[in-house]
Amino acid sequence: MRTLTSDIVSLPVAGSQKKDGTLWTLKQRLFLGLTTRQYGQQLCRNPVNWVLALLFAVGFPLLFQRYMYGLGAVTHGSNDYPWGLFLGFGLFGMVPLSASGCLLGTTVSLFGREDFHPIERLALLNGLLGYFFAVIYLEVDLGMPWRLAYPMFVSFGPAAVLFLVAWHVATYLSVQLAEVLPAVFEWIDRPGWKMYIKRITLGLTIAGIILSTLHQGALGALFCYAPSKIHPLWISTEFQWIHFLVSAIFGGLAMVIVSSTLINRYMYWRCGEAFRKSLDNLTLGLAKGASYSMITYLAIKLVAVAHDNEWEYLLTGWGFYYCLEIGLGVVLPMFLFAKGVRDGKTGPVRIAAFITVVGIIWNRLNTSLVCFNYQLYQDIPHWKEIWLTVALYGLYFSVYRFVVYRLPIVFDWDESPSVAK
Amino acid sequence: MFTKTSRRTVLKSGLTGALATLFMRAKSAESHSIKKYPDSSGVLVDLTRCVGCRSCEAACNAEQNLPEPELPFTDKSVFDEGEHGQKRRTDETRYTVVNRYEPEGLDHPLFRKVQCNHCQEPACLSSCFVNAYTKTPEGAVIYDPDICVGCRTCMIACPFYIPTFKYSSAFHPRILKCIFCYDTRLKYGREPACVEACPQDALLFGSRDTLIKIGRRRIEEKGDRYVDHIYGEYEAGGTSWLYLSSVPFEEVGFNTDISDEPILDSVKNFLGIVPMVLTIWPALFTGFHLLATRKEKGVEDQNIHVPEDK
Ligand code: SF4
Ligand code: SF4
Repeated sequence: MRTLTSDIVSLPVAGSQKKDGTLWTLKQRLFLGLTTRQYGQQLCRNPVNWVLALLFAVGFPLLFQRYMYGLGAVTHGSNDYPWGLFLGFGLFGMVPLSASGCLLGTTVSLFGREDFHPIERLALLNGLLGYFFAVIYLEVDLGMPWRLAYPMFVSFGPAAVLFLVAWHVATYLSVQLAEVLPAVFEWIDRPGWKMYIKRITLGLTIAGIILSTLHQGALGALFCYAPSKIHPLWISTEFQWIHFLVSAIFGGLAMVIVSSTLINRYMYWRCGEAFRKSLDNLTLGLAKGASYSMITYLAIKLVAVAHDNEWEYLLTGWGFYYCLEIGLGVVLPMFLFAKGVRDGKTGPVRIAAFITVVGIIWNRLNTSLVCFNYQLYQDIPHWKEIWLTVALYGLYFSVYRFVVYRLPIVFDWDESPSVAK
Repeated sequence: MFTKTSRRTVLKSGLTGALATLFMRAKSAESHSIKKYPDSSGVLVDLTRCVGCRSCEAACNAEQNLPEPELPFTDKSVFDEGEHGQKRRTDETRYTVVNRYEPEGLDHPLFRKVQCNHCQEPACLSSCFVNAYTKTPEGAVIYDPDICVGCRTCMIACPFYIPTFKYSSAFHPRILKCIFCYDTRLKYGREPACVEACPQDALLFGSRDTLIKIGRRRIEEKGDRYVDHIYGEYEAGGTSWLYLSSVPFEEVGFNTDISDEPILDSVKNFLGIVPMVLTIWPALFTGFHLLATRKEKGVEDQNIHVPEDK
C-alpha cells in the first residue's frame, strides 16, 4: 500500500492568491506558477511527452492528409466495413467509458452520497472529455464533417437510432459542460457564479440520467441495423441496448478508478487532502458498484444467448472467442473487484479496473469490427488509421492532463477572501 | 430554497420530456406504418437466362456517367477478379456488377447481377438520421447528396451491401448506388438502362405485382428449371427487384439468412422504450432523490416513517 504520509509537496497554484497575498496572474495560472523556461524544462524532462510528440509528429500530417485527400487516403476506404477504428474505438469505445460523469453525478447529487464528493469532479471531467473526444473522432470519420449539425437543424430522420444519438450526445455534452463549469469558475476567481449551476444541479443530473440511458442504449441499438452481418453471439436485437447500457455502468466506474489511480500515482503533488485521504475507500465503493453491474451484465448476456437459442454457436471458434472475451474482460475483473472489496484491498481492484476498461473496448471493437461481416472476411485497419486513432487518444490524454494540472478537479481551490467577498 | 428550485427544474425537464415524447411518437408512428406501393415498378431477373455478357454494366456506366473502367466491358477476366476472396461488388465506379458462379452439379456457370434491390421498407432509408433517402411511388430508392452527412450508417444497415461511399473525395464525398435510373428514365415511365440493354431478356421490367405473377407462372410451367422461390418477394420486407434461379439461392451468392422482417423491425424494440424512459425516468429519479435525501433535507412526510437514528 502506498503511504498517505504528509510529505505534501507545495501545491503550485492551488488557490487564487500567492503566499504574499497577491493574486496569481493568468499566465502564472497557466504555467503552474513556473517561468516559461522552467515550464519548458519540465515538459522535456517527462518521457511521456516524448512519446506524445512522436505520436503527434506523424499523426497531425495524417490528419491533414485525411482532410485534404479524403478518408480513403488514411483508411482502406472499405465499402464492406463502413465503420472503422475511428468509430469502433473512438465513439463506441469512448462513450461507455465516459458514463462516469452521469454515474457519480447521480450518486452524489441524486442519492445524496456526499462521501463520494472528492472524486465527483474527476468523474464529471472524465465524462465531459470522453464525450468531447468521441465527437472529435466522429468529426474525423464523418464524410462531410462540416454538416455535423444537419440532423439538429437541417433535415430530420427521427425514426433513425443515430438521430437519437446525435441529439442526446449534443445535449448531454452541454449538460456535462455545465457540470464541470464550477471548477472553471473557481479557477477564474468567480466562485459566486457557481450558484447558477448549483440551482440546476438536480435538473442537470436527471437530464443526464435520461440522456445517458438512451444514448448508451442507442449505441447498442445501432448495431441492430445489421442483424445479418454481425455474428449472432454479439448481436441480440432484443437485448443489445441493455447490454451496452449495463456495460457502460461498470465501464464508466472502472474508468474513474483507472484515471484516479494514475492521477494519485503520477500527479500526487496535485491531489488535495480530501482526495488523497478518501481515495482508497472510494475506490472500493466504486468497485462494489462495478461488480454488481457486472453480475447483471453477465446475466443479461446469458439471457440473450438463451433467448435466441444460440448455445450451439458456443462450441464453434467464434463461441470460444466469445467466451474468451467474457471470461477475460468481465468475469476475471469481476472476481478481482469482489475479492478487493471483501479484503478491503485496493490493489486487485485497480488491476481489475484496468482490465475492465480494456474489456469494454475489446467488446466494442468485436461488435463493430471483428465480428462484423463474420461471413465475409476480416479487415485489418490501415496503419495510418491505427496511428491516427492512437494519436487522437494522445491528444485526449494531453488535454485531460492539462486540465487536471490546473483546474480544481482533485483538490479544493483555496478561495481568497478578498475575491469571494 | 435549494430543493424548491431544483424541484421546479425537475418538473420543467419532466414536461420537456413529455413534449419530446409526443413529438417522437407522432413522427415515428408515421414512419413505422408499413407502406404499400401499389404502383411500384420492379425488375424480374431470371438467372437461367443470363449469359454474363455484361451489357447491363456497360449501359449503366454510360447512363450514369460513371468513370470508364480499366478493362473493357467485353473482358470476361473480371469474373475471376475479387478482393479478399470475395466476388466483385458495387463501388463508387459501378452501380451494378455481374458475377459468375459455378454451382456443383451444373454443367454451365450461372451469372448473378447485383445492384440496389429498391426495398419496400429500405434499411438505408430508415437508418439515415437526416432522411437523405426517398422511396418514390414508382419504387425507386433515391438519395439526396445535399443533406447527407457521410456517417455511412446506411451502408451498415443495407443487408445487401449496396450503398458505397466516395472515399476518394475530401470535399465532395457522397453515397453512390443504383437509383433505378429514376431521374432519366423511371420518372417518365421508362425502363432502366440495364434492362433495355439486356440481349437475353434476362431482365424484365414491369409493375412489381405483375412480375411476381409472371415469376410464379414461370416456376409453375417449368418446374424442373427453377427452385420454387422468388428471391425478393419477402426478403427484408420485400424488394422491387426479384430473382428466379435454377439452383438454391445461396449457391449463387444470395444471402438467404436475411429474414422477411424489414430491418426497421429490429430496432423497434429500442425505439419503443424511448418514450417510456423520457416520461418515467424524471419522476422516478426525483422520487429516488427525495427518498434518499429526505433525512438531511428534513422533508416532512407523514406516510413514510424513517427512523431518526443511523
Ligand atoms: S438494397 Fe440496400 S440500398 Fe437498396 S433500397 Fe434496399 S437497403 Fe437501400
Ligand atoms: S451516409 Fe448519408 S445517406 Fe447514409 S445514413 Fe449517413 S447521412 Fe444518411
